Amino acid sequence: MLGQTIRTAIEALSARRMRSILTLLGILIGIGAVMLTVGLGQGASDAIASQINSLGSNLLIVTPGSSSSGGFRGASSTASLTEADVEMLADQAIVPDVVAVAPIASTSGSLRSSTTTWTSQTTGTLPDWTKVRAREVESGRFFTQGEVDSKSSVAVIGSDTATELYAGASPVGSTLIINGQTFTVIGVLKSEGSSLSGSEDDIVIIPITTLADRFTDGTITIDTIYLSAADSDVLASAQQEINKALLAAHRVDADNADFSVSTQASLVETATSVMGILTLVLGGIAAISLLVGGIGVMNIMLVSVSERVREIGLRKALGATPSLILQQFLVEAVILGLTGGLLGVALGFGGAALINPMLTEQSVSISISTSATLLALGVSMAIGLVAGVYPASRAARMAPIDALRSE
Amino acid sequence: MGELLRLRGVKKTYASSEQVQVQALRGIDLRVLEGEYLAIMGPSGSGKSTLMHIIGCLDVSTAGTYEIDGVNTAEMNEKALAKIRNQKIGFVFQQFNLLPTLSALRNVEVPLLYAGVPASQRKERARQALERVGLADRAEHRPGQLSGGQQQRVAVARALVTNPSLILADEPTGALDSVSTADLLDLFDELHEAGRTLVVITHEADVAARAQRTVHLYDGLIRSVTTGVAA
Ligand SMILES: Nc1ncnc2c1ncn2[C@@H]1O[C@H](COP(=O)(O)OP(=O)(O)OP(=O)(O)O)[C@@H](O)[C@H]1O
Ligand SMILES: [Mg+2]
Repeated sequence: MLGQTIRTAIEALSARRMRSILTLLGILIGIGAVMLTVGLGQGASDAIASQINSLGSNLLIVTPGSSSSGGFRGASSTASLTEADVEMLADQAIVPDVVAVAPIASTSGSLRSSTTTWTSQTTGTLPDWTKVRAREVESGRFFTQGEVDSKSSVAVIGSDTATELYAGASPVGSTLIINGQTFTVIGVLKSEGSSLSGSEDDIVIIPITTLADRFTDGTITIDTIYLSAADSDVLASAQQEINKALLAAHRVDADNADFSVSTQASLVETATSVMGILTLVLGGIAAISLLVGGIGVMNIMLVSVSERVREIGLRKALGATPSLILQQFLVEAVILGLTGGLLGVALGFGGAALINPMLTEQSVSISISTSATLLALGVSMAIGLVAGVYPASRAARMAPIDALRSE
Repeated sequence: MGELLRLRGVKKTYASSEQVQVQALRGIDLRVLEGEYLAIMGPSGSGKSTLMHIIGCLDVSTAGTYEIDGVNTAEMNEKALAKIRNQKIGFVFQQFNLLPTLSALRNVEVPLLYAGVPASQRKERARQALERVGLADRAEHRPGQLSGGQQQRVAVARALVTNPSLILADEPTGALDSVSTADLLDLFDELHEAGRTLVVITHEADVAARAQRTVHLYDGLIRSVTTGVAA
């Protein structure tokens, strides 16, 4: 019986082909738009998560300023982290679960090689930086603790920076002038690829002591301290140890902490929750077009019912029960919704395939999951059903004689 | 012979507005026996169609009782009435009322669909019904591709296909020429001979002449009943 009802519905819809297609279009565009926006949101949060993960394994991050929520700096961001803090955190007796510590201080600088000038961030840190950030040196070497102690003018640069400044020639051993100060390039980092916040490969790394000596009045302003836990199992205890040690050192209680300690996991969590909200907003806007599509289906079903009053009357005279008439119009509406949904899903995938190549630069891609696809189909079916209920029940309730008599 | 239809004091009042009320039927008493061939005549507006709609369970009376096969229709819900229309009554309308997008065969199948007959038997029975009205060779034609007379015969096939006890026709010849009318009346005669009950509403005396009995309606009342030459 249902098979026959579906056949009848398809015949009825194809008898009014143009109108059915236009109605489909409403659902199609709505579903397609929702899939693309949600897919983009998903892709962006995947990208952010993978970027945060690529910061290094077992990473802990200490930032100055008070913050209670998941690792973002609070409004009052004061320079509360000191060299003494770094020394303390490097002490295995105080924080046994931490194996590497790398404070970050930075200045933006104009760079100059013998041929070219370039502008990039110059970061001062310690040799452990490679360990905590999980980076490797491609050619040459990273600087040593000895060079930190002696405030040596040595620099390690990213691969993009190398390309910009030395145009393919090996930069190791070359001279690099940073804000007028002369440095020697001793190493080039292995490429990491770009991320949402820009290239990880356009950087200049120098000893933190050198940065303080050459570019400031000698005091070190620490932006961030990166730390590595021994392994991921002790990440939480490392976080507690760091927190405790810093609270004690700063003589404050937890409520007044002038720093915050976050882990990679908490950063990912925060970032994905922010992206989730963004996706929800974008998806919500797209969903409005879906709603309009649903109203279109209802409209067309109402028109269809009033056009087919005679047919309904005749079918009733021939023995169709009200529930069969209801079923027939509901099935028609659901077919409209579902076909629109299927085409919308196709539009989503097609659109993603078309747009993704343009997004490679941004290292983001629209990623449409199976669950999103199934949800979209379910939603489009539900839209058809909901939009069909009122017109269909109107048809079902018609008195056979009133329906037959109408011209 | 058993009694198929029984109307007692059936009235139908249409209220087109608060003030204006039309009494289309003002108390009809009528018995129709199984196997009978009955014609209903009367001037325009006398209530013929109204009566047919009540007999066909398409409409309900405002007063009086109507029994079909001994069952009071007032006690039935819409679903039960749909079943009665499907199984006990075959309709033939003046304007044929075929579904324009379906072939003749599929039009004839529609009542079987609602009767829940499985697809395989449906086709076969519809084909037999079309054969019965002499249109087996037009099974795949759509209504638009058939003449008026042929369309009306498809409608008769559709009325026949569920083997109903009653064939109910409202001016079935109203849109047909004389040749098609003669064909259709011959078909009705055959159906009558085969034992079916026919109630035919008509304007035309020569159509009524084929019936065993003719009920004359006038202004919502039965004015007279004439017994025709028994067929
Ligand atoms: N839905 C309705 N609302 C109001 N009045 C109606 C309605 N249907 C029929 N009538 C009135 O009821 C009366 C009987 O109508 P009916 O259609 O039964 O006549 P009829 O005998 O079939 O006429 P005809 O030969 O022209 O078909 C007429 O006066 C008509 O105007
Ligand atoms: Mg009439």
